[in-house]
Amino acid sequence: MKKEQRKKLPRRDFLKNVLRSCAGLMLPGFLFAKEAGKKAAALLLDGLYNPAEHSWGMGIDINKCIGCGRCADACKKENNVPNVPFFFRTWVERYRVFENGETLIDSPNGAVNGFENLTDERTIIRSFFVPKLCNHCNNPPCVQVCPVGATFQTVDGVVLVDAEYCIGCRYCIQACPYGARFLHPETRTAEKCTFCYHRVVRGKLPACVEVCPTQARIFGELKKKASPLVRFMRMNKIRVLKPALNTEPRVYYSNLDMEVR
Amino acid sequence: MEEIIQHLAPLLKEISGYIYPNEIELHWGILVVIYPYITGLVAGAFILASLVKVFNVEEVQPTYRISLLTALAFLFVAPLPLLAHLGHPEKSYEIFLTPNTNSAMAMFGFVYAWYLMAVLLLEVWFDYRESLILWSQHETGLRKWIHKILSLFSTDISEKAIKFDKKAVKIITIIGIPSAFLLHGYVGFIFGSIKANPWWSSVLMPIVFLFSAIVSGIALIMIIYMVVTPLRGKEIDMRCLNKLASYLFYIMIIDFSLECLDFIHRIYESEESIKILAQLVSGKLFVSLVVIQLLMGMILPLGAIAIVKIFNLPDELKKLIYFLAALLVQVGIFTTRWNVVVGGQLFSKSFSGLTTYKMTFFGLEGLLMSIFLLLLPFLILYILFKILPPWDEARVTG
Amino acid sequence: MAKFKEKLNWRFGWLWFNKEKVFMKSWQKIPEQIRRLLVLMVLLIVLFLIVRSWLIPPDCGKYGHYRASAVDNIISQPLRYAGQVECGDCHEDHMEVKNAGYHKNLACEVCHGPAADHIENPDEVELLAPRGRGYCPLCHEYLPARPTGFPQIVSDSHNPMKPCIACHEPHDPKPPETPRECSACHAQIARTKSISHHVYVPCTRCHETPEEHKIRPRDFRPTKPQTREFCGGCHATQTPEIKGIPQVDLQTHGQRYVCWQCHYPHLPEAH
Repeated sequence: MKKEQRKKLPRRDFLKNVLRSCAGLMLPGFLFAKEAGKKAAALLLDGLYNPAEHSWGMGIDINKCIGCGRCADACKKENNVPNVPFFFRTWVERYRVFENGETLIDSPNGAVNGFENLTDERTIIRSFFVPKLCNHCNNPPCVQVCPVGATFQTVDGVVLVDAEYCIGCRYCIQACPYGARFLHPETRTAEKCTFCYHRVVRGKLPACVEVCPTQARIFGELKKKASPLVRFMRMNKIRVLKPALNTEPRVYYSNLDMEVR
Repeated sequence: MEEIIQHLAPLLKEISGYIYPNEIELHWGILVVIYPYITGLVAGAFILASLVKVFNVEEVQPTYRISLLTALAFLFVAPLPLLAHLGHPEKSYEIFLTPNTNSAMAMFGFVYAWYLMAVLLLEVWFDYRESLILWSQHETGLRKWIHKILSLFSTDISEKAIKFDKKAVKIITIIGIPSAFLLHGYVGFIFGSIKANPWWSSVLMPIVFLFSAIVSGIALIMIIYMVVTPLRGKEIDMRCLNKLASYLFYIMIIDFSLECLDFIHRIYESEESIKILAQLVSGKLFVSLVVIQLLMGMILPLGAIAIVKIFNLPDELKKLIYFLAALLVQVGIFTTRWNVVVGGQLFSKSFSGLTTYKMTFFGLEGLLMSIFLLLLPFLILYILFKILPPWDEARVTG
Repeated sequence: MAKFKEKLNWRFGWLWFNKEKVFMKSWQKIPEQIRRLLVLMVLLIVLFLIVRSWLIPPDCGKYGHYRASAVDNIISQPLRYAGQVECGDCHEDHMEVKNAGYHKNLACEVCHGPAADHIENPDEVELLAPRGRGYCPLCHEYLPARPTGFPQIVSDSHNPMKPCIACHEPHDPKPPETPRECSACHAQIARTKSISHHVYVPCTRCHETPEEHKIRPRDFRPTKPQTREFCGGCHATQTPEIKGIPQVDLQTHGQRYVCWQCHYPHLPEAH
């Protein structure tokens, strides 16, 4: 028995080698490519950050948001988003519901310069701010529609865009129910919130969370016990945006109003 | 970048209600309107051609080869508007390298390649092979070589081989009909599968697209046939034209019913989005949807053809009415595409505001480019007519 | 090598060496036109496969249907905001003050701007702090949408022309004097009340407010009237009538509820 097994193994190895060398002769690109890939993915592989150990999400407490817009401002600065009122990775909306049931929503320049008090004769019955950003859906429609695989969800749940590979077809922008994506006017590729992935892998908070004065934005792990986000979700009634679309967002709102879409 | 900002800045004033700040830039413009319009013409023209081969409709035989070549000419142009609208046209090949199998748009590569290679080119080749060989035997110079290369240096014109060609054409046509359905149905699916957009998201979308495609294809062949035949100094075959008009009429009725069904269904279900869609239809889309698409592009030509069918009119008047009706149908179907593509982006996904589309004149995504792309297939068709004359008298004598 | 060739012939030679020439014969049997198409098709497919293998990104499909190196591109983006922790390394004194005051949860970079460059190169890159009246109102200007209890002012009437920092130390922004009036924080309520019939009723008439509430607002909360009889002090039919004050019979009117569960005392309806 043992002898037979020993004999088999080299033969299998031999076959493997033959296959490999054949493949190498025919498609030299493949081998080099694999090496290049290894080099490229260095930071993640060196053990500085292991995506499999994390699962990110964000909580937003509407009752705490003061509408200062520092998040929208910091996001533009951190991520070099063009400082014009057409492109936003995050923004803050103001809702004013009047006694007659009419609702007015505004977000002047995405709240980068904060909000001004608008005089309106009518009585406001309730009013509040809602920060918006990419929902990093677990069932992301943008990833589903990308024809080339230039947008994807990482192991830790963050939805990212590969700007080098994006062809700029803008199907993902159409498919996003939250208006979270835009076409960068210079690179002509799709862009959106990354949860500040470059900060997160270095153990820092996303810029918007870092600067939020009232902790209305809570960033953290979804699957660890000692996590501010898990506590937030334990202590509050939670809703997501547009739940009927089954996008399964990773951005959770507490005290969300029915007028918010 | 400056250019884009200058283009977008005045749009801020055109917004009514609230739209998400990223929605000010409207992403799919006139080029993406042209794309389904042209693909629709391809599918429609091909389905007309297949009537002759599969259902043995003798009357429309004169338009068989015209339809095939028209479909081919338009299919060559079909990917160009898509290419021009990309942010990075130079990377478009990636869609063939790493197609995301979950993406309706990635399937474009496969459907297009299948339809062009496995259906249209093959059917044209089998149908023309005998003629190509015969032509090249009598010709000299460049034409001889073009025809020789196009026939792939084939020489066999034995009775058995010709019989095989005919059989092949029939089989390809039978495969071709579902393929044409697939080609345009999938274009409808690109829009119909976007759950984020209630104006697009509908199971009926692929079917409505398909039938409007057949409508536009038949109308286009009518126009081409009625323009080309007198130019060649030949008589228009009224039997053929009447038959074409009949098909146009029946398919239009189906198309009209489907569109009505979609409309009624939306109103009856009255979902979350109904208020903003009602605002859209009664406001920004009223002229293009109700006046042009519905009245001018559908009801008027339907009525005109019905009059021709009911009353016995002189042939000359019939031709005029057919021609005008076919032109109106083209305008109507183009606005159908416009209302779907652009209309679907005029309202915010927050369902609380409307925006505006402003077309540029120059540039890759401008009006000039669009006009060029709409004229290009006719230029290609002219060249195809020169290389592969589709006329009956060319078939035998060469 | 010779051995390999022999083996190959032995395995597949029948295709082209044997007397019957099965392969060639069956190839000849295919109609001429199909043969030509087949050759063309095979050529095209081989060409496509070669080009594809040449162009396809090497690291695609490592983790999923995307280029693995895309993640590296994304995380190689430079940081602009350094984070609160970094500031404390040098500015311990400010940090200590700030962490004891109301602004303890406010990151330094909210006011001083992104600091990564400054940390990298402290002498050359200086950070500025807003000194005028423009910046603080981003948070502290009265807006109806702001959550109640958040300290707000109306800048038009709040010491006009004076820069905020003249009275408030931003690192420890406790007011120069503890707010005398509730409206300093509860501007929305104060505004509403000012146009209501209750305009002359002081807040403390209904809310018992511990002194600590002014310093730690969320830990020490003011009270609300707990009985119907409290409002009944003015509004019950049993009490002596004062002109203009509407009165109801507490026995029959809305028995199960405390008054403020239906009526909003800061803006009681006229009817």
